[in-house]
Amino acid sequence: MHELSICRALVARLEAIAREHAARVSEVHVSIGPLSGVEARLLRDAFPLACAGTAAEGAALKIETAPVRVRCRVCGAETVATPNRLLCAACGEWRTDLLSGDEMLLRRAILAIDDDPPMRENVREPSHV
Amino acid sequence: MCEACGCSAHPVGAKDRVTVEVLGRLLDANDRTAAHNRAHFDDHRVVAFNLMSSPGAGKTALLEATIDALKDEFRIAVIEGDLETDNDARRIRARGVPAIQITTGSACHLDAGMVHEALHDLPLAGLDIVFIENVGNLVCPASFDLGQHRNVVLLSATEGDDKPAKYPVIFRAADLVLLSKIELADLLGDFDAGRAERAVRALASAAPVIPLSARKAVNFDLWQAWLRGEVAAIRAAQSTAHRAHEAHHDHHHRTAMA
Repeated sequence: MHELSICRALVARLEAIAREHAARVSEVHVSIGPLSGVEARLLRDAFPLACAGTAAEGAALKIETAPVRVRCRVCGAETVATPNRLLCAACGEWRTDLLSGDEMLLRRAILAIDDDPPMRENVREPSHV
Repeated sequence: MCEACGCSAHPVGAKDRVTVEVLGRLLDANDRTAAHNRAHFDDHRVVAFNLMSSPGAGKTALLEATIDALKDEFRIAVIEGDLETDNDARRIRARGVPAIQITTGSACHLDAGMVHEALHDLPLAGLDIVFIENVGNLVCPASFDLGQHRNVVLLSATEGDDKPAKYPVIFRAADLVLLSKIELADLLGDFDAGRAERAVRALASAAPVIPLSARKAVNFDLWQAWLRGEVAAIRAAQSTAHRAHEAHHDHHHRTAMA
């Protein structure tokens, strides 16, 4: 179950981003390919555990997954494949290059910034001034 | 924008939402440490091999036989990863080479940080090859770069020849696949080395697949030849990088003096 290790690395990164913006993390977008070695379901289970007590506590985890696609080194076709059959769907050749499907990426973090933190520059002026 | 009603200027309790685009690897901290480890190896012209397999596929037996065969040719050390015990490190030390045991506790894989700590206890300056014996596991170790130069994955005859199809991530990462304990294949009757190799090719991998017995010395010469070839290739690359680095320094110094 290395998904917890991966979540801890993710949360460390999120905490740094949150600190930089003096904010909390409300939503996290990651890309997990079928060939990344990471199980999306286990990542979803581990994420709240890794987030507990951090600036990402309660954040929503959005997982997108890219299809497994290969480009044939012989005929050049770009086709869809499966994780354990990365053959060219056009000519059957095994010498292919993976185009997508092994990604394990943090794409973006959406931060919630409270209205009245102490040190913000664009604090609204009180209305009576 | 207000989260509650979607209006653009809700006056009370509104929150600012900031989107930070990152697009970085989830394990970029591990990747950085791995690159640092690799730089350590390269600085000392040491070649590092990461051995991965299920528990009991014969990684330690392979290392014992390899050390016996090559310890006069290469200065070898081993980093051992296990959940518990230093049994494997003791087996390696009994062969007369240094071994560092990493006990991972409940962690199912080695990561670059653990290897980095172990490197501080290894006399890299006096070594040619470091073998890293990963925790026996066909899933988790595949996701963590340790700073190795090559990955060797063992698949023992008792596990079945369809393992590459079942664990594509780790077999796709292999630079060499060893079909270990091949002397048992006849006894078992259902392990087909050709089928195992076809399953590796189906992962678009050109990695050599060698049926091997460490105990009965089947194809052990092919394994040694592969090792020698990779060590020579990696060392040539390390020398080129080293010379480029020296030239850069030299140039830099002369410019500074002018």
